[in-house]
Amino acid sequence: MTKPFIAARAVNVFYGANQALFDIDLDIEANKVTALIGPSGCGKSTLLRSINRMNDLIAACRFDGSLQIGGQDVYAPAVDVVALRAQVGMVFQKPNPFPKSIYENVAYGLKIHRLATSKREMQDRVEWSLKSAGLWDEVADRLDEPGNSLSGGQQQRLCIARTIAVQPKVILMDEPCSALDPIATAVVEELIDSLRKDYTIVIVTHSMQQAARISQRTAFFHMGKLIEVGHTKDVFTNPQNEQTQNYITGRIG
Amino acid sequence: MKHIAPIRFGRVGVFVNGKITPMADQMLILTQTIRPKWLDRLVIALLAAAACVAILVTAGIVLSLVFETLQFFNKVPVMDFLFGLDWSPQTAIRADQVGAGGSFGAIPLINGTFLISAIAMAVATPLGLTSAVYLSEYATKRTRDWIKPTLEILAGIPTVVYGFFAALTVAPFIRMTGGQFGLEIASESALAAGIVMGIMILPLISSLSGDVINAVPQSLRDASYGLGATHSETIRRVVLPAALPGIAGSLLLAASRAIGETMIVLMAAGMAAKLTANPLEAVTTITVQIVALLTGDQEFDSAKTLSAFALGLLLFALTLCLNVIALGIVRKYREHYD
Amino acid sequence: MINFSKHAGFNLSRRHRAEQRFQWAGRFAILISLAFLVIMLGSIFRDASGVMRQSQIAVAVDLGPEAIDAADIANISFGKILKSAMRARFPDVMKRKDKKRLYNLVSPEASFEIKRQLTNDPALFGRVQTLWLTASDDLDLYLRGKIDTSLPENQRQISDAQIAWIKDLKQAGQIRRVVNWNFLTNGDSREPEIAGILSALVGSLFSLAVCFSLSFPIGIGAAIFLEEFAPTNRITSLIEVNINNLAAVPSIVFGLLGLSIFLGYFGLPRSSPLVGGMVLALMTLPTIIIAARAALKSVPPSFKQAALALGATPVQAVFHHVLPAALPGMLTGAIVGMAQALGETAPLLMIGMVAFIVDVPQSILEPATALPVQIFLWADSPERAFTEKTAAAIIVLLVLLIAMNLSVILLRRKLEQRF
Repeated sequence: MTKPFIAARAVNVFYGANQALFDIDLDIEANKVTALIGPSGCGKSTLLRSINRMNDLIAACRFDGSLQIGGQDVYAPAVDVVALRAQVGMVFQKPNPFPKSIYENVAYGLKIHRLATSKREMQDRVEWSLKSAGLWDEVADRLDEPGNSLSGGQQQRLCIARTIAVQPKVILMDEPCSALDPIATAVVEELIDSLRKDYTIVIVTHSMQQAARISQRTAFFHMGKLIEVGHTKDVFTNPQNEQTQNYITGRIG
Repeated sequence: MKHIAPIRFGRVGVFVNGKITPMADQMLILTQTIRPKWLDRLVIALLAAAACVAILVTAGIVLSLVFETLQFFNKVPVMDFLFGLDWSPQTAIRADQVGAGGSFGAIPLINGTFLISAIAMAVATPLGLTSAVYLSEYATKRTRDWIKPTLEILAGIPTVVYGFFAALTVAPFIRMTGGQFGLEIASESALAAGIVMGIMILPLISSLSGDVINAVPQSLRDASYGLGATHSETIRRVVLPAALPGIAGSLLLAASRAIGETMIVLMAAGMAAKLTANPLEAVTTITVQIVALLTGDQEFDSAKTLSAFALGLLLFALTLCLNVIALGIVRKYREHYD
Repeated sequence: MINFSKHAGFNLSRRHRAEQRFQWAGRFAILISLAFLVIMLGSIFRDASGVMRQSQIAVAVDLGPEAIDAADIANISFGKILKSAMRARFPDVMKRKDKKRLYNLVSPEASFEIKRQLTNDPALFGRVQTLWLTASDDLDLYLRGKIDTSLPENQRQISDAQIAWIKDLKQAGQIRRVVNWNFLTNGDSREPEIAGILSALVGSLFSLAVCFSLSFPIGIGAAIFLEEFAPTNRITSLIEVNINNLAAVPSIVFGLLGLSIFLGYFGLPRSSPLVGGMVLALMTLPTIIIAARAALKSVPPSFKQAALALGATPVQAVFHHVLPAALPGMLTGAIVGMAQALGETAPLLMIGMVAFIVDVPQSILEPATALPVQIFLWADSPERAFTEKTAAAIIVLLVLLIAMNLSVILLRRKLEQRF
C-alpha cells in the first residue's frame, strides 16, 4: 500500500453535546477516488467537512484528534484556513454557482487569491478550467451569461471548474450528483474519473452504485464509526463486516 | 331555536391537544349550528366592508388631492407649477397686489427635498449597511440581541423629537464648527436637517437590509469559503452582490421615507425656497411648504391654499412610485431565493 | 509542496489585514449609530433636568381687613396686593423701572396663585400671610446658573439689581425650589414657569381613544376577512396592494385627506381630537391589519379544523376559536400602532390641532392639541425656559412610548409560551 496522502487519526467530532464521529482512523491515497458511504447521519459528511475545516464555520462544532494532508497537520495552530481551503477544494451537494456570469464564477478563486497576473492569463486559466471540467464546448460562446442560467448538470460542472481553477491538491465532493438527473450524473461521474489523475478526490455519496462505479477505495460509516475501508471491489463483493454486508444488500440505510 | 352560549376555545384546545373532551361539549357545538345562514353572511359582509376601508382611504387620498389640485391648475398653469423656478406663494394673499398670481414654481422645493434626502441617504446608507453587515455576519448572538433592539429605539422615537434635536443641538453645533473653519453656515442649514434625518432612517436601512443579507442562501457563502475566501471577501464579493436587489429596495423605501418626512425639516430646514445644491444653505421642502401654506388663516379656494394640495399630490405620487418599485424589487428578490 | 501556514502565498497577510479593517468598519458604524442615540437622548435629558423642580418666592402678603374685603374675592386686585407686598419687602426701590424689575421676579401668574390659595383656605384672611409663589423663569434660570452673569447687563435677561434682590431673598430663606408638579397638572401658558402639558396630554389621550376605537375593530375585521374569508380574486389583491402602499404614504398626506374630507366635506369641528383621532386611525390601519393577519396566521389550523369538524360554521369557527387565540397578538399590533399614532405630529398640524390650548379639553369635540404638537410649539418659542419645557415634554412622550413598547414585549413573551 502506498503512503497515504490524507491521514486521519483518532478523529472525534462533536456538535455541542452530540458526538458525530468516534475515533476515526482513515487513510486516503493520492490520485484516487475515495468514496465515503453509509446511511444518512452516519458522519460521512462531517468527516468530509473536517478535511478542509468547513466545520469551523459552525460555532458549536469541536474537532479532536489529528488530520494530516501531505504530512501537514490541518488542525495545527499555525494553519491558515484560507491557505488550506485554497489547496483543498470542495464541491457541494446542490450546485451553487454565484449569481455572477459563468466567466466570473470560474475567475472568482483566481481573483481572490490573485493567481493570475494579467487579464490574458486569467482568460487562459478560466478556459483551461472549463475545458478540464468538460464544459468549455457548451459555454464558450456565452461566458457572460449568468451561472444559474445553465442546466443543473452544467451548473455542477461549473462548480467543479470553479474549484479546479485554483488548482487544489484535493477535491472534496459532498454528494455532488444527488440533485442531478441520471444523464447529467453520468457526465459528472465521467468527469470525476478523468480528474483522478491530477487530484486526490474524496466523495461522499448516498448511492452505492455510484461509489462502485467511480471510486477505487470505499469507506463505510455507520452511526459515527468507520466500519470498514478497503478497495471498492473488495468492500462491495466481499465485505468483512456484517453491518457493511447489511447496508450494501439494502437491509439497513 | 335560540343558540346556546358558545363554548370557550379553551375546551376545544383541550380536545385538540389530544385529551378526551366530555360529550356534552360536542353536543353544544352541534346545537349551535342551527343558526340562520343570513347571520353568517351579514358577518362576512361586515368584515369585507372593513377590508374595503383600505381602498376607501386610498381613494379618499387620491380624490381629495386630485380635486383640489385641479382647482389649483385652473388658477396656475400646470407647466408653471412643475417647471417654474420661483416659489413665492406669499404674494398671492391679496388679489389687488402687484403680481397677485404669486409664483408657484415647485422646482426649488423639489430641489430642497432631494438635497436634504440625499444628505440623509449619504449619512444613513454607509452606516446602516455596514452595521447590518456586521450584525448579521460578525456579531455574536448575544451582542446582536442587545444592539439590534437598541438601534430599533432610534426607529421608535417620534420625528418631532428628531426635529428638536436637529434645531437645538445639531444645527448650532454645525454652525459653530463651520464658523471655526471660516465657513458661513445658515442656522437652518440643509446639512443639519439632512444628518438628523439620516439618523432617523438609519434603523430602517439596517433592519431591512439585514433581513435581505440573512436571506442570502448559506450555500453561496459555503461555496466562497470552500474556495478559500476570507469572511470579508465572501461578504463583499458574494453576499452583497447577491443581496443587491433587496438592498436597493430597502434603500428606496428609506429614500421615500426621507422625502415624505415633515417634522425634522419643518423644525430645522427653514422656509427659504432657494435653488441651490449647497448643503450649508437653508432650503425648504415640499412638506415644509404644505404645512406653511395650510397652518394659520385659510380661505379654501385661494391659489395659495390649493397649491398645498398640488404639492401633496406631487409628494404622494413621488413616494408611491418609489414604494411600488421598492416593494416590487424586494418581492422579486424573495421569490428568487425561496 | 503542501503548505497551510500563513506563508503559503495567496497574499494572505494583505487579505487578513483587509479582513480586520472590514470588521473594524462594522464596529465603527454601530458605535456611531449608538453614539447618535446616546447624544440625542443625553442632550434631551440634560435640557429637561431643570424642569424637575421650580423656584418659589416667599412673599409676605397683606391680607388684612384694611387691605382687602374678604367677602368680595372676585373684585380684589391681587396684582396690586402682590406689588405692594414686593415693595414692602424692598422699600428702597423707588424708580418706576426698578419697581417693574422687582415685580418681574415673581411669575405674572402669581397673583392668581394668591387668589387660589385664598379660595381654598379662607382662614388665611385677616392678617399678613407669607405665601410661597411661583418665581419667574428668569429667576429660576439664574438660580440654576443658566444665565451668564459675565455678559454686560443689557445683554442678559436679568439685571444687576435683580441679582442683588435674589441674593437678599435667598439669604433670608425666602427662596426655595420644590418639585414641579405644575408641569404635569397645568395647561399651556405664555409663561414658561407655569406652562404644563396636561391639556396636550388629554388631547393626545382623546385622539388615541378615537383612533383605537376606529382602527382596532376595522383593522381586525379587515384582517379576519383577508385571512379567513377572502376569495382569491382581483379585489382581494387590490386590497392587499392598497394596505401595503398605505403603510408607506407620508403622514402629512393623511393630514391633507383629513383637512379636505373630514373638515372640508363633512364639516367636522376643526382642531378637535375627533378629527385628529380619525386621521390617526387611517394612518395606523395598515399597521394593525398587518399585525392582526400575522396573529391569525400563527394560530394553528387545527383550532379551526377541530371546530369545523364538530359542525361549527366557518364564521363560528373563526369567532369562537381562532379569534380568541389570535387576540393577544392583535393587541400587540394595536399597541404598536397606537405608539406610532402618539408620536405623530404632521397630520395633526394639518387639521388645526396646533392651537394655543390653556384649558384641558372636556370632550372630543373641543379644540385641543396633542403632546407632540405641544413639543413642536414649545420648541419654536424663543425663551430658554421653553427649551427646557420642550425637553421635559419629550421625556414624558418617550416614557409613554417606552411603557407601550414594554407592554408589547411582555405580551409577546407571554404569547411565545403559548403555542
